[in-house]
Amino acid sequence: MEHHEFNIEGGDFTRAGYASSQVKKMLKQMGVDVAIIKRTVVAAYEAEVNVVAHAYSGAMYVDINREEVKIELRDQGPGIEDIEQAMQEGYSTASSAVREMGFGAGMGLSNMKKNADELHIESELGKGTRVVIRMQLNATTGD
Amino acid sequence: MMTVADIVKALNLKVFSGAGGLDREVSGGYVSDLLSDVMGKADAGQVWITLQTHKNVMAIASLKDLAAVILVSGYKPAENTAEQSEEENIPILGTDKSAFEVTGELYTLIK
Repeated sequence: MEHHEFNIEGGDFTRAGYASSQVKKMLKQMGVDVAIIKRTVVAAYEAEVNVVAHAYSGAMYVDINREEVKIELRDQGPGIEDIEQAMQEGYSTASSAVREMGFGAGMGLSNMKKNADELHIESELGKGTRVVIRMQLNATTGD
Repeated sequence: MMTVADIVKALNLKVFSGAGGLDREVSGGYVSDLLSDVMGKADAGQVWITLQTHKNVMAIASLKDLAAVILVSGYKPAENTAEQSEEENIPILGTDKSAFEVTGELYTLIK
């Protein structure tokens, strides 16, 4: 089991996607099926962007072995008031500046749900949010 | 299969950056300015047509293994966007035409 950590800075869109690209590299090196890599990348990226767009700071914790990858994001931020509402496609609390960049279309969480094998979200208002994405890998190499 | 270079020539596009990736093969295209839409729906080898010019465009193009990005209506890539395009060898192309026009031309070319 390998463990990796990536810090994510709230508001720093120039680095958004870096942690997800590292996860993609790891999966490619392990020879994971392309379709599984694609789904993992979508889920990881959306989760990463959510931290950048909504939180003050956070991190992505990646635990990976040949069977499974667990991608956990924990942030310090405003939290999500109503997770069920946030999961609805089109619902977003993103700022207008963020929306002008093409983010905040209210598609992030549904992209995560569509692509993750398992998705778990818990949040405390005024404290932050924890997201866990699990993917089955069935990798050909790696440990 | 067509390459990015073939499309540049046929549609008379500017090459802003990432010329090292002009030999990438093009499987199709996707048109959207919503990043999560592209993240969810675009597929590897496609050309992404958009008016977004910031660096996250390249983060998505790279994560999705897109063939190239076409900026419409005379938009130019931000400096750090062009830099990442060079690093990733994913070309950023440009046209003064609207998304509607360039999409129509590209569709006719590769359908």
